[in-house]
Amino acid sequence: MNSIKGKSGDREKRIRAKTVSLAIWTTLWVLSVALAAFGHELFWGSNNLVNILVILLNFGIGIGMIMANINNLREMDEMVQKVHLEAMGISLGLAVVGGISYSMLDATNVIPFDAEIAGVITLIGLSYFISLLINLRRYQ
Amino acid sequence: MKNRLKVLRAERDWTQADLATALDVSRQTVNAIENGKYDPSLPLAFSIARLFEMQIEEIFDDEE
Repeated sequence: MNSIKGKSGDREKRIRAKTVSLAIWTTLWVLSVALAAFGHELFWGSNNLVNILVILLNFGIGIGMIMANINNLREMDEMVQKVHLEAMGISLGLAVVGGISYSMLDATNVIPFDAEIAGVITLIGLSYFISLLINLRRYQ
Repeated sequence: MKNRLKVLRAERDWTQADLATALDVSRQTVNAIENGKYDPSLPLAFSIARLFEMQIEEIFDDEE
């Protein structure tokens, strides 16, 4: 076998490190959302200063999560980046279009409940995941 | 876009994983390029050409 000059053999390790970092930031963000949503009921009552500090903490951790996601994307190769960016485009489009439709269903009282942001977030998550699977299969 | 990547790789007895490591891309990307499912960017095409010590047009053919 002819020798091949490897540019870097630790590509998988680099991606794994970035993915672990993203998982940690995401976990912290989810925990901070839970703290901001339920903390005032369970721990500190109606203390607005604590509420503001916890929401600021949640926002800061959210920025960290976004940066970790960007770093994770940059570590991927060009084809995998393309697959993810296409999936993001589809989920962003669906979030805008679906979110507005969902909101109008609520505004016109077609649905008997309030349109919650959680519905849109679920739509984003599901559409991103399905688009990713379809795109990955397309390039196989 | 057609290419001779699979043949060139086989001539050198390299696996897709070997080539992926040398190009710093995933094995899936090498597979997609070989199968004509993905056209590489110009920098990646130049990296491929440098690795095989050939001209880009000797590896890639832009005729459908």
